Amino acid sequence: MSVLVFAESSEGKFKKTAFEVVSYGKKVAEQLGTNVVALTINANDSSELYTYGAEKVVTVSNDALNTFNAKQYAAIVTEVAKAQSATVVVVDSSIDGLYLAPLVAVDLEAGCVSNVVAAPSSTSPFTVKRKTFSNKTFSNTVISTDHKVIGVAKNSYGVHENPVAGSTEAFEPAIAASGVTSEKVERVTGKVTIADADIVVSAGRGLKGPENWGMIEELADVLGAASACSKPVSDLGWRPHSEHVGQTGKPVAANLYIAIGISGAIQHLAGINASKVKVVINTDPEAPFFKAADYGIVGDAFEVVPKLIEKLKAFKAS
Amino acid sequence: MKILVCISHVPDTTSKINFTENDTKFDTNGVQFVINPYDEFCLTRAMWFKEKQGATVTIVNVGGAETEPTLRKALAIGADNAIRVNVNPTDGLQVAKELAAVVKNGGYDLVLAGKESADYNGQMVPGMLASLTDFNFINGCVGIEVDGRSVSATREIDGGNETLSSNLPLVIGGQKGVVEEKDLRIPNMRGIMMARKKPLQVIEGVGATAATSVQSFEKPAPKGAVKLVDADNVDELISLLHNEAKVI
Repeated sequence: MSVLVFAESSEGKFKKTAFEVVSYGKKVAEQLGTNVVALTINANDSSELYTYGAEKVVTVSNDALNTFNAKQYAAIVTEVAKAQSATVVVVDSSIDGLYLAPLVAVDLEAGCVSNVVAAPSSTSPFTVKRKTFSNKTFSNTVISTDHKVIGVAKNSYGVHENPVAGSTEAFEPAIAASGVTSEKVERVTGKVTIADADIVVSAGRGLKGPENWGMIEELADVLGAASACSKPVSDLGWRPHSEHVGQTGKPVAANLYIAIGISGAIQHLAGINASKVKVVINTDPEAPFFKAADYGIVGDAFEVVPKLIEKLKAFKAS
Repeated sequence: MKILVCISHVPDTTSKINFTENDTKFDTNGVQFVINPYDEFCLTRAMWFKEKQGATVTIVNVGGAETEPTLRKALAIGADNAIRVNVNPTDGLQVAKELAAVVKNGGYDLVLAGKESADYNGQMVPGMLASLTDFNFINGCVGIEVDGRSVSATREIDGGNETLSSNLPLVIGGQKGVVEEKDLRIPNMRGIMMARKKPLQVIEGVGATAATSVQSFEKPAPKGAVKLVDADNVDELISLLHNEAKVI
């Protein structure tokens, strides 16, 4: 028996979530009295995962796998899970992780639970806590199958160092026929993405127009943050809908979420609930967002944000 | 082209979520149920295919009789017929297995489903359905074009988009972008009248079992009051974020 963790990487480098899922896998393995095995696909230095408790790392290197393909990746995860006698498979809740998990679950005849926020509260019955109802609630969920697939929500368990003297084992899988071919990948380069960001600066209709987004982007730059927007702003076409944060937009589980000129509709709050610290800047002291926020400034964004940028620059320089 | 659109019956996005029976059951009292917003994008895209390229559009839900008003609304938007699988499912695998039986019996070319439902947010049904039927699968789809049996689809990836090609049969896990929100269809009076006469077939399930079950629900712990900082004193905010919250 073992716990298998798929440690996601991009262009050879691990995503931060890879360290979080290995940390999580280590905890589950301890609870089950077994070992954690990590699987990497085209990662440059897999030994990094020993730091977080991976006793064994199974490495796959194949240029045909440079672009994520759910069916091919799922076949590899399944094959390695079987070879390692893994009863629990852990993935992250990234776009690709959520694409992969249900395919692996069917292949392993496993119960599947995503958006998991804590280590199992019990391993018999196997019970995990996950976010449901668009982050408004949690559900304590029992997985009753022998095999289990768990998708860990970003920034929920945290990254925990647990150094071990691990070993690496290369694996050469057969590449499955996929039926779906990647034709083109277009990424916005040089910008922090909402999925990866620890800090997100988001703005709403209070900004009055797309021409005023310069200061939002400048604030995001100073903080090393991603910029985002509320739904009305994306509906008005002021910003691309890839920046729309909320229940039907992107969920945000950042360490810091700064909302500027956003009143805080219930659907927006559902999308950002999982963020740890929330700051609201709004002219309306009655804006519902203040009830959900940790810190707030009642004030005009056009006065507060430039001051904040200037002071943060000085703070960063000090 | 035969299109199947999977419709989840979910609480309206503004609903307050409460529980009964010692926090073990979702409290439906006073809750308005709607077509799952992610499914609504898919349904509208299916209407587009029907009108521009010719297709029949069937909608399907796995659920009890209480979900029929939601199916009627989808029929009023323009779907040709509806199937309700008379099962009260408790997890995504059970739903996927019941849907897989419908797909296998129906000879569908394209299955459209929201990438997740707005209640349990598991994001597993489209992928499991594709695996169980051996259909191709594209998740997080923000654009889809079909030409004969060839499909070009775009999915969202971290920080961008990926264009993919596939053949039918195909399962799509869709989201906003498959159509824009401004293009969503609202049922008109004629559609509502016609929907009453459209076939809504109720079938019994194949007996699929769930792999997971909710033991109890919890609400997040109540939050303390917001700490307000004077607009003229952003230094204090920076200090709080650095020293107290430790996030910058």
